[in-house]
Amino acid sequence: MTTPKTLYDKIWDAHVADEAEDGTCLLYIDRHLVHEVTSPQAFEGLRMAGRKVRAPDKTIAVPDHNVPTTLDRLEGIKNEESKIQVDALDKNAKDFGIHYYPVSDVRQGIVHIVGPEQGWTLPGMTVVCGDSHTATHGAFGALAHGIGTSEVEHVLATQTLIQKKSKNMKVEITGKLRPGVTAKDITLSVIGATGTAGGTGYVIEYCGEAIRDLSMEGRMTVCNMAIEGGARAGLIAPDEKTFEYVMGRPHAPKGAQWEAALAWWKTLYTDEGAHFDKVVTLKGEDIAPVVTWGTSPEDVLPITGKVPAPEDFKGGKVEAAKRSLDYMGLTPGTPLSEIKIDTVFIGSCTNGRIEDLRAAAAILKGKKVKDGLRAMIVPGSGLVRAQAEEEGLAEIFTEAGFEWRLAGCSMCLAMNPDQLAPGERCAATSNRNFEGRQGRGGRTHLMSPAMAAAAAITGHLTDVRDLM
Amino acid sequence: MEKFTKITGVAAPMPLVNIDTDMIIPKQFLKTIKRSGLGVNLFDEMRYNDDGTEKPDFVLNKPAYRKAEIIVAGENFGCGSSREHAPWALLDFGIRCVISTSYADIFYNNCFKNGILPIVLPAEQVAVLMEDAEKGQNARISVDLEAQQVTAADGEVFKFEIDPFKKHCLLNGLDDIGLTMNKATSIDKFEAQAAATRPWV
Repeated sequence: MTTPKTLYDKIWDAHVADEAEDGTCLLYIDRHLVHEVTSPQAFEGLRMAGRKVRAPDKTIAVPDHNVPTTLDRLEGIKNEESKIQVDALDKNAKDFGIHYYPVSDVRQGIVHIVGPEQGWTLPGMTVVCGDSHTATHGAFGALAHGIGTSEVEHVLATQTLIQKKSKNMKVEITGKLRPGVTAKDITLSVIGATGTAGGTGYVIEYCGEAIRDLSMEGRMTVCNMAIEGGARAGLIAPDEKTFEYVMGRPHAPKGAQWEAALAWWKTLYTDEGAHFDKVVTLKGEDIAPVVTWGTSPEDVLPITGKVPAPEDFKGGKVEAAKRSLDYMGLTPGTPLSEIKIDTVFIGSCTNGRIEDLRAAAAILKGKKVKDGLRAMIVPGSGLVRAQAEEEGLAEIFTEAGFEWRLAGCSMCLAMNPDQLAPGERCAATSNRNFEGRQGRGGRTHLMSPAMAAAAAITGHLTDVRDLM
Repeated sequence: MEKFTKITGVAAPMPLVNIDTDMIIPKQFLKTIKRSGLGVNLFDEMRYNDDGTEKPDFVLNKPAYRKAEIIVAGENFGCGSSREHAPWALLDFGIRCVISTSYADIFYNNCFKNGILPIVLPAEQVAVLMEDAEKGQNARISVDLEAQQVTAADGEVFKFEIDPFKKHCLLNGLDDIGLTMNKATSIDKFEAQAAATRPWV
């Protein structure tokens, strides 16, 4: 009898090109996604060594981190350094013959939204990118993770990565979610429960009824933040929803190849009795709409909660909580729903897909953004933007008083002009609330698109269920 | 890549947990297309005031630690973004070794590509070294990669574990890509076989 395997085991085994005696493997990479910030030094390294890109057909580049999201961006990027980086990607894509979606292309967007949208990401693949949120692609049952620039160069040159296998971790969300609770609340609640190092050394497989019930967009939101839990990657076994999402996309297999692919994809699940080194289970019905209060993604509480005190924690976290509260300008005991905000940001690779915009629009329809608030929606790709316009969502946003932007990473990491001022407080659908993440001195509260939309209307953190 | 064999140097104490790569090198410095020159912006927002002057309380601004070669850090050091600018900035400042109870996965790997040794030790041993680090420039810590040991200022020795392949590459300053290219036959073979079994890829 063969040993039962996890989904991770199966994908791993299908990609080992070489294994040394000590277990160090060369893992073959099926898709390499590239953006402008973490790649210039890698391409430069290739040039200096006289090397080529080994598999240009499997390498896809798109500028996203630096690009302005205002309508005038086609007139040129004003920030000189950003322009140099985007120009470098243009040149590298051309020189090395890789697939490329330039800023002027309607398909341009955040690399983790473009990959699935164009059918580059398929079940059972290995996917890497010089970006930690590559975990997003795990929603398709692809082994996907972030790498550093030296590894980007290594993959460009050899189409492999030097890897040792991680351990298996199962995160099961049982039962149904309650109304107003979304994929973002699941993924934040898991990090709240396990901590930002809870997944270190593991690949997580998310499973259970509440995960099965999620759309592909929701599954991408869940896997996207596996990295915030410390895991190398997050995975969800592919099913009919996955196949339906993939079918017909520009780079998805067609005809006989589709049938062959489908037959293999259907074998991609964790076998009965397979071993997990760590198991975490949450009940779907116990998950509430949540927000973060501090400067680590593990600082998660239900919106009905209160700002904690440093003494509520143990060990090194006491000092960290003290620092967080000081940075965030919060007083212990304050109800979270009384925290006033200055800005709302809806977008990012975590929550910049069409379903996220629909969820925000459902709350914002016929409502107005609170006076004095700055609110922006940045779709994850040009195609998401086009679809939102077609569905009438854009009109809802602009009528409510939101700025309706072009696609990019935008205020998630504020490398482009979309930034918070010192002390400015933001309800954000992105993935990191680190100090300075959205701008020096900026204060970030992470939440779902529906919760961010609710906060835009009231001007303070708000339980979206009160507006439903 | 510069080899790492042994160092004896000043260690800067940074006991804060979850020091993320946004803290190590904020995003405004990621716009470079080079690997060098980032040391001056290492820990930029913790290290400088808005007007660019130094914050005297920040550890690397204190006279004792301005030439630190080691950082003793709180758990989960290097979490967050995959930016290799974080180890580039550390290296450019002069840091060759970090000692902590744990690291984020991508940061840990990135260190080895840049001649930086990230050492994992149990909490009680990190606590001893943190105390040493807090004593300033006369309490030097020694790190010997070959012997896999850290020697505290008073001579106490702590052994550490490290992946043999990573150790080998760091000791010899080896370029991964060159090593992998020696295995081109395996990659060719795998690629041909994958093209037959999974032609849609």
